[in-house]
This record gives sequence, C-alpha cells and structure tokens, in this order.
Amino acid sequence: MNAWADKLRSSIGKFRRTESEAAETVRPTPPFWVMVHKEFGDHIRSWRFVILLAIVTLACIGSIYTAVTALKAGVSQTDNPTDTRFLFLNMFTVSDGNLPNFLTFLSFLAPLIGIALGFDSVNSERNKGTLSRVLSQPVHRDDFLNAKFVAGLLLIAVVIFSLGLLVMGMGLYTIGYPPTPEEFGRVMLTLIITTVYVGLWLNLSLLFSVRFKQAATSALAGIALWIFFLVFFGMIVNLIGNATSPSDASDAASVIQHSNAMQLLSRLSPAQLFQEAASTLLLPDVRTLNPFVTQEQAYLAISAPLSLGQSLLLVWPHIVALIAETAVCFAASYVMFMRQEVRSRS
Amino acid sequence: MVAIQADEPVIELKSLVKKYGDFTAVDFLSLNVYPGEIFGLLGPNGAGKTTTILMMLGLTEPTSGSVKVCGIDSTRNPIQVKRKVGYMPDDVGFYEDRTALDNLVYTAGLNRVPADEARERALRLLERVGLAEAARKRVGTFSRGMRQRLGLADVLIKQPEVIILDEPTLGIDPEGVRELLGLIRELSRKDGLTVLLSSHHLHQVQQICDRVGLFVRGKLIASGDIDTLSRQLDGAPAHRIELDVSASTGELEESLLGIEGVSSVARKEQDQLASASASNDAPVTLVVSSDTDLSADLADFIIRRGFRLYGLRPHRYGLDDIYHRYFEGGETRERLG
Repeated sequence: MNAWADKLRSSIGKFRRTESEAAETVRPTPPFWVMVHKEFGDHIRSWRFVILLAIVTLACIGSIYTAVTALKAGVSQTDNPTDTRFLFLNMFTVSDGNLPNFLTFLSFLAPLIGIALGFDSVNSERNKGTLSRVLSQPVHRDDFLNAKFVAGLLLIAVVIFSLGLLVMGMGLYTIGYPPTPEEFGRVMLTLIITTVYVGLWLNLSLLFSVRFKQAATSALAGIALWIFFLVFFGMIVNLIGNATSPSDASDAASVIQHSNAMQLLSRLSPAQLFQEAASTLLLPDVRTLNPFVTQEQAYLAISAPLSLGQSLLLVWPHIVALIAETAVCFAASYVMFMRQEVRSRS
Repeated sequence: MVAIQADEPVIELKSLVKKYGDFTAVDFLSLNVYPGEIFGLLGPNGAGKTTTILMMLGLTEPTSGSVKVCGIDSTRNPIQVKRKVGYMPDDVGFYEDRTALDNLVYTAGLNRVPADEARERALRLLERVGLAEAARKRVGTFSRGMRQRLGLADVLIKQPEVIILDEPTLGIDPEGVRELLGLIRELSRKDGLTVLLSSHHLHQVQQICDRVGLFVRGKLIASGDIDTLSRQLDGAPAHRIELDVSASTGELEESLLGIEGVSSVARKEQDQLASASASNDAPVTLVVSSDTDLSADLADFIIRRGFRLYGLRPHRYGLDDIYHRYFEGGETRERLG
C-alpha cells in the first residue's frame, strides 16, 4: 500500500515538474507576430493615422447628422408613410441633400485609408536602412511583407468596425428605433466588405511602395489611381459605350450584348464593385443588378425586399472579385519584393 | 594564429561568383575565416565587399560557387545562418521614433527571445556599449557614433557565433573609432566571437585585425596577417630602420652600406606636406634595410662618426603602404597572383 502511495506521489511530482518545465519554456512569439505587433503600434502612434481618423470620424458625424435630419423630415416614408421596415438601414443610405450619406462617404474615403497606411511601408524602411537590418535576422523574407499587410488590415478592420458601430449606436440613440437581427447582419456584412475593399487599396499601395523607391512617388501613384477610378473610369467607360453602341437600337440581342459588355467593363473598377455590393446589402429593395428587366419581370415580381441570404447571393460575385483583385495585387508585390536585392539604403 | 587555422573554418567561401548583367562584382572568390579571429576585408569602394557579405547571409544569391557559414549553406538555409550570424550593415538604420531599448527588444523578438529575457539582455548590452543612460531616448536623437554602438548591441543581442560588420567605423570621429574598435576586440577576445569586418580605413583595421584580405575588383589579391603581407610585398628584408640624422652628404650613406648585414640605404623623400616648414638644417631621414636587427650597431656607428642622431625607429609597412603598393601597378598583382 505504501509503495503504491509513493509511486503515485512520485508520478504526480513528475507530472508537476513537467508542467512547470512547460511553463518555463513557453514558446516565444513567432517573429511574424512580433512584426505585426510592431507595425500595428507604429500605425497607431503615427500622426497620419490620427489625421485620417479625424477625417473619417468627421465624415461619419456629418453623415449621421444628414441621415437623421432626413429621417426626421420623413424622407423614406414619403411613398409609404407606414413602412418602417429597414428604417434602421436608412441611417446609412439616406441624406437630406446637404451632405453625402454614410455609404458614399465611406466609398470615397476608404481608399484613402488604405493608401495612407501602405504607401511608404516598404520603401521607407529601405531608405532608413532598417530593411536590411530586419532581414538579416532569422525571419523569412515573405513574413516581412505579410506582417505589413496583416497589421494594416487589422487596423483597417478595427477602424471600419468601430466607425460602423459608432454610427449604429448614435443612430439608435437619436432615432430610438432598434435594428432587427437581419439589419444588424446586413450592416456587419457591409462592414466586412468595406474592410476587404480597403484591404485592396492597402495592397495596391503596398505594391507601389515595393516598386517605387521614393515614398512620395508611391503616394502619388496611389492617389492617382484612386482619382482615376473615382472620377475618370466611369467617364472612360461611358465614352467607350457611346462609341461602340449598336447602330440599330431595335436589335435587342446586340443592345443587350453591348450593355453586358459595358457593365463588365465598369465592374473592373473596384470602386464600382464596392458600390454595388454595399448598396445591395444596405438596400434590401434592390432585387437585381441587371439593368435589363423585361416588363413581365418587373410587373410580375412581388414588390418585396430580398432576404439577407438572397441579397448576399446577389453580391457574392462582387465580393469574390474584390478578394481576387486584392490577391492579384498582393501576389504582384510579393513577387517583386522577393526578387529585389536588399542593400542598405539603396 | 597557426593554432587557430587548424580548426574548421567558420566562414568558407569557395570560388564564389556574383554577376550583375555584364558586371562581375565578385570574381571567383575563395576565402576562409577561422573561429575566434578578427578578419578584415579591405578594399576600395565598389570592390564587392558588401556583395560578398550579403551572399554570406543569403540575402543575395551567388551566380555560382558556394558559401558556408558555421558549416551551413547560406544560399539554401539562410534562416539558420542568420540565427548564428549578427550582421551590421554600413550606415545601420533604426526605427527613429522608437527608443534604443525598443529597437533592441524588437530585434530580440525577431530572434525568438522571450520578452523578459530580451529586455534584460538589451539593458545589459546597452550598458556594455556605453549607452545605458540613453536607453530610453529616441534613436532619432542619437549621434552617429551612438548609432554605431547601438548597432553593435543590436548585433549581439541574438548571441551570435559570428559577427559581420560592414564599414563599422565609417563617419565616426577618431575617439569614437577607438572606442568601437576596442569594443570589437574585447568581444572577440573575451567571448570568442569570430569577427569579419569590411573597411577601407586601413589604419583603423590594422590595429585590431588578426588577418586581412585585400579585395580589389571582386578578387582577393592577398590575404594573411600584416607581417606576412608586408614581407610578401617587399620581397626580402626582414628589418627596416628609419634614422633621423643631422644633415648628411652622401658620405654617411656610403659608410652605412659598409656595415655588415646592411643591404640598402635610402634617403626618405621629404613629405610634400611638411616641406614648407622644414628649414635647411633639419635632420634627414634614412631608411636602412638589413637582414638582422642592427638598431644598436647603427646608433653606435653614427654617433662615433660624429653625426647627430635625432631619432631611430623600426619601420614596418603599414597597411597603407601595402595598399598603395598593391594598387599602384598591375605587375605587383600579377607577381602575387
């Protein structure tokens, strides 16, 4: 009996010892997360982040103000005063005409956040001589780029979600009308899509920062592309559309074909993709994104909002396309970065 | 030094070639560095020193040839090599808006050192390089010399077996250089670290290197300790003595040649920079080469001849002379090649 007790005690002791040993040899944080941690800290401490946050917060407050005034004036109820369905979502989409609504603000400013966080991430380290020092540590070269991306994306997610929730909270407070779970889900999904969209711009600016040695050049390139997609891309698509429109307007097949081609062209722009996806999610009344609806379809369709699942199905291709564009940018910067030689300050 | 060379080399380069297009930066370089020694890689700017170092760390792929550090192939397993090798780039950069301590702890984190230990090590190293009171200052406020010392601490925090320093003395004032080199030598002697440093500042490197390699246009044209190099260069004489004597005619030189063992006597050219201040009765300097050490005999001889002896010193080739001699003409290189 005693022998057994001894054995038990010793085995317990052994167990305890291994436990304490395990506690002593805690696996240290992998270098990748050390880098992410540092990048995240750098972003948060930087002036540029504070400035960005100020701009975006101002935009949010403005959009809430305009939405609330519009709602008080009864904008959404004009056609159907008793319809209070999705009143909460109106917070994000209506405007009294003085200021753009939340969604427009977001689609306008989101790229700026991405560009601002990424444009100097690689080239400034190169110019400061820290790149060669970091890469001479036992880290994988791709970890460096991945850490930049992950830290940026994390920060973007935090910013977007806190802004979205802020708007929801303030809306709740001012209009006193609680969201249904479905509405909440729609807002959350929109915020996720926004994060992906900003991630795309982050990646683009990351690509520029790998490609261009000067931070200023890469910032300019990013902003140029932003303005291009925001302003000129639509114009160019229109121009092409006008030039190639079928001469015979009665030829239905060719008209439809042409219009499809134009839609495809305009959807190459990430801004367009984001606009369509976000507005479909926030406006459940959007039943289709196809510009051609036959009279029978329009007439026979029940005028009812789509369920969340159906809305999601409608924008699924957009989400996939956004993610694909992000992946392409990342792959490009990845390949470019892996091929570059790391010398100090050159 | 002979004992050192009996060991396995820590850094082993075999017929290493690196080409950028048509330009050959490193041309069939073979080099061994042994444990515990300080090896100086010397060469003018653009000789390919940095490229060679980058290849040792696996940051650049060689066009052909092999690099082994601590027995590990740098091209294939750069991560393992980088775990054992600390590298300080020339003009080392830090995160300017972080403190010195933060920068070191970050580097330690990248080397999988747990946070507590990293902090402890960082503080200890900052103490050692003399930056203890600046530990919590932003690196942006540091002077060049402080940065370089911080760079050394940064290299050491991973507790490497080998440290590679690229132009460590560039742009520091003489006192700073002395301190830094002292630190490097202490590291090598006390901790048994192998040090490879590249430089084009010959004097500085001369003071601390066990062996040097002269590196020109991608080729190692000579390597060995400084005595060997100067002997290689000179051909024969083991001893050279410089004598400052009162103005002499050719007479003294003639008679000096008569002493047994003296192989040559030459009048040293007046330094161009000094000539302005020199008056006519300033002493002239004679350089006497001999097989054996004749200092005492020479002094005795001169004084008995009625000349005044102002100075007598053994003359050794400095790296500067060696450098000059190697670079001044193609024929020297061919002779040694």
